[in-house]
This record gives sequence, structure tokens and C-alpha cells, in this order.
Amino acid sequence: MSSIGPRALPPSVRPRPETLGASRGDTAPMTREVVLQADGVSVHYSGVAALRDVDLSIRRNEITALIGPSGCGKSTMLRCFNRMNDLVSGASITGTLTYHGHDIYVPEVDPIEVRRRIGMVFQKPNPFPKSIYDNVAYGPRVTGMDVSDAGFSDMDQLVEEALRSAALWDEVKGKLRSSALALSGGQQQRLCIARTIAVKPEVILADEPCSALDPIATSRIEELLLELAGRYTIVIVTHNMQQAARISDRTAFFTAQLDDSGERYGHLVEFDTTNTIFNNPTQHRTADYIAGRFG
Amino acid sequence: MSTTAPAEPAASSIGGELTRSRPRPGETAFTWALRGCVAVSIGFLAALLVFVVYQGWSRLDSRLWNAMPTARESRIDEAGVQSAITGTLWVVLTTAAIALPLGIAAAVYLEEYARRDRWYLRLLELNVQNLAGVPSIVFGILGLGIIARRLGLGLSVITAALTLALLVLPTVIIASREAIRAVPPSIRDASYALGATKWQTVRRQVLPAAVPGIATGSILSVSRAIGEAAPLLLLGAVTLVLFNPAGFDSTYTTLPIQIYNLIASPFESFRELGAAAIVLLLAIVVVLNSAAIYIRYRYAKRW
Repeated sequence: MSSIGPRALPPSVRPRPETLGASRGDTAPMTREVVLQADGVSVHYSGVAALRDVDLSIRRNEITALIGPSGCGKSTMLRCFNRMNDLVSGASITGTLTYHGHDIYVPEVDPIEVRRRIGMVFQKPNPFPKSIYDNVAYGPRVTGMDVSDAGFSDMDQLVEEALRSAALWDEVKGKLRSSALALSGGQQQRLCIARTIAVKPEVILADEPCSALDPIATSRIEELLLELAGRYTIVIVTHNMQQAARISDRTAFFTAQLDDSGERYGHLVEFDTTNTIFNNPTQHRTADYIAGRFG
Repeated sequence: MSTTAPAEPAASSIGGELTRSRPRPGETAFTWALRGCVAVSIGFLAALLVFVVYQGWSRLDSRLWNAMPTARESRIDEAGVQSAITGTLWVVLTTAAIALPLGIAAAVYLEEYARRDRWYLRLLELNVQNLAGVPSIVFGILGLGIIARRLGLGLSVITAALTLALLVLPTVIIASREAIRAVPPSIRDASYALGATKWQTVRRQVLPAAVPGIATGSILSVSRAIGEAAPLLLLGAVTLVLFNPAGFDSTYTTLPIQIYNLIASPFESFRELGAAAIVLLLAIVVVLNSAAIYIRYRYAKRW
């Protein structure tokens, strides 16, 4: 049952056929700069461990997929990278998490500054109940971004550029002032990506961005993420293994297990290039999961 | 269809079973019991309305708001309740100006800033809930003892407004909290993930989305304040006031108190004027409540 691996995918869903077999991670496995580095990261919610002892490196301009069964802590891990877990009362994180070598959990670090550099797209499209234009302009406005410093003549141009980058411009250019909630689910999700791009982050975290979308909208988002990978570092959580195989350079496989006292916690089983994880994993649990034998 | 399956009954007999109505006495009785309950409440309300409109019909004209009250029966034909109308406006608008900002701010703090896991905040929440159930006369005693006497504000518009503000504050807080809580967390997450601060998130996302709920709760609180008489009985509104309030330190009377005085009169003509004033008060409350309902539907949830 290794047919789920990248090689078995039909050409239509293989946007980079020449690189999927030997993905970009393989061609330059160690040369890409590490943007985010987790060392021994554990997360507890109200004292209960959700995630234990994760070591993970996210490299520049790669797509890193976090996969695994429900409750394995992959979303928890993702929310550590931009300190969104701070907003959950009772959440505590131990270990070190660095961004370009700077620990982002030391007290002097402002989580708001972290989030400006590390954007996030959520599971369910969550546009603000405002116009399309205002959704995109919101980030630059609240962060007080200097539009001309960012290389734009005005906010209109910035909004257009962000919507173009998210492959949404042609569909919405005539109705920028109408409500974002009138868009379809797939369009809303691309709007959320445009909104994230508008603040010029370096990293985009995506938490199951396609799980609420139909297959066509999903493939559009995947194409978009592949395009964006040239300019952004992307970390994506997904339940969908084919999706991880299609778009990611590296894959981290998480799973949940019980500790000695019977508490369930998530941990990282294996982290390697997507090609290795899907075709030649070293851990039998990874192989079982990839083959659909559990999870 | 079923013709190939010999074990199934003939189509005609199924039709008979489907259309045969079975008597379900429990079901019918319960439906009628519920209708009875509705009829009792509607019936009483309608009877009151008819009675009041009938009794006040002859006085439902411009004299009601153009003329001042009187204590003399010989003058009652030219009398109205103008000072009570202006007094009500003064007191209620001042109440709203005090209670709404305070209540909404308190709700924002409790929902967005306070940490739920602190025991004293849970105690605070419990007390807010309990305060909403305290009899209004108790607030009147508090107003008299502390605001009128200790703070020396006397029996004035501002004393009445501060007391009513305390009275409606718990309702405003509870309604605003409900409205703020109904804003989906995903909106807050999206805002924070873009690098917004807490205040930016509250100011630009949470409050605008919660405005319909907050407005509805606020209007209902204000209409409660309009109809409130008990605390004002202790706070100087009972006297016959022949002029409109001139400021916050002015003496005043309000519609409910004026009605109380008129209806208690031994003269039929006074009671008729009182009935007309009741109709006016009801009309004001109905208009306010309709506005609340309109806002609720007009800005129904958009996500």
C-alpha cells in the first residue's frame, strides 16, 4: 500500500512533477537556512501535556507539512511558532523555539512583533465581516505599516498586489467594497491568505487550510501555496496525506500516545524529506500511518 | 414498486394506514394547555390596555405634553404632565450616559481582559448576576443614604440618574457580555495573527460585531429605567413639580411617579389624566422595545 507516495499521484495533481520525486529538500537538503527551530518543545494545557519534546527545523522557502492523526499535537505545534498559544488560557510552553536564532519565548519578545513576521491561515476561512478591501488592508493598518516603505504607491496598490499574489484579484477586482462574507469558501480562504500576505510576513503558517473546502477549491489553494513557497516559508498542518505528498518538501509525522500514567500526549515520530517519509520511512509507525493502517 | 414483493401489504392498505388519523388525547390536551397559557397573558395585557385607553381617552391630546400638572381640581382640565415628561427625559438620558459606557467597558474587561481562572473574578461575576436581581427599592435606599446625603447631591436629577444607573448597570453588563461572547473566537484569532494588539482587536473587530447585541440590551435597560418608580419614591420625585428641570441639580418628577400621584387621587378627572399618562408611557416603552427588536433583526448574525 505504498501507492499513496508522491510517485503514484496522477499528473494533474502533481504541480512539480520534476521535483516531487526528488523534492527541493533533496536537491539542497542542508543548505537552506533554518528560519524556525524548535528544541525540546513541550506544550501543556492547564498542566496536561499536549505535546512533548519536539525538535523541528523549518527551512527558508520550503513547505513543511505536519501530519498525523487527530490529537497528535500538530496544530498545537503550529500555534507555538507565532505564539498563538499565548491566547489560550492555561497554556504553557517549555523548551526553546528560535526564529533566526532568536528565542521568541523570552520575556523581552513582543508576541505582536512575532505575529507580524509569522502569519497564519486558519482551518475554517475566517474573513472579517467587512469588505474585501478592508479585510486585506486590516493588517497593514493595525500594524501601522508604511505603505511606501513596503514599495507601494498607496494602500490600493498594496491590496491589489496581495490579492494578485493570492490568485484572487481577477475574481474580486470589481467588488472590492462588497462584503467578504459573500465570497465562496475557497475564495474566502484565498482572501485570508491575501490578508496574511499583505503584512509582508516571512513565514506563513497554515492550519489545515483546505479541510473546509471542496476538492477544486483545495487544488487551487495547493497551487497557490506552491507558488508562494518561492517567496515565503510555509508550514502547513494537514490531515490529508496526499496533500502533504503533493506540496511539501519536508514532512513531520506526529502521533499521540499514552504515557506511564495513562495520559495522552502528542509527539514527533519522524521528520525528514517528504520523499523519505512517504517512500522510505525509518519508523514503522510512520509507515503504518502512511499506508493507512491506523489514524 | 412493491408489487414484486409478495410479503408487503397492498398499496391501498398502506394508504389507508397513512391517512387514518389516530386520536392522541395527550398531544391535543398539551397543545390546548399551552394555548391557554398564552391566552391568559395576552388577555390580561389586552384588558389592561383597553381599560387604560378607555379611561384616558378624553385626555389623550396635546394638553398632556403642553401643560403642567396641578394640585387643584378646578384647574385639572387645563393640566398635563409636561414636567414629568421632561423630568423623565432628563433622568433617563443622564442614566444612559452614565450606565452605558460604564457597563459596556466593564463587559469588555470581563470578557476580553480578565482571566477566567482567577477566583475573585468569578466572585465578581456572581455578584453582577445577583445585583441584577436586587429589588429596585433597595437601590433607592442606597441612593438616598449615599448619593443624596453622604455625597450631598440632594434630591436632584443627578441623584436619580446615578441611582438608576446603578440599578440598570448589571443588566447592561450581562447583555453586553452575551453580545461580546457571541463574536466568534476565529475573528479574534484572525486579528491577532495579523499582528493586531488586544485593544485594536477589541476596538476594530469585537465591538463592531457586538454592537447589535449591545444596543439591544442597552435599549431594554433604558426602557426599564423609564418605567422605574420605586427608587425614585425615596429620591424626591414625589413632590408636585410645576416647572421643567433646569439642570442636573434641579428638582424633578418622572412619568411613573406622576402617574402614581394622579391615579391615587380621589377625583375622577385626575385619574383620567393619569390613564392618559399611562398610555403615553406605554407608547414610549413600546417604541424603544421595537427599536431594540428592529436592531436585532437588522443586524442579525453575519457569519
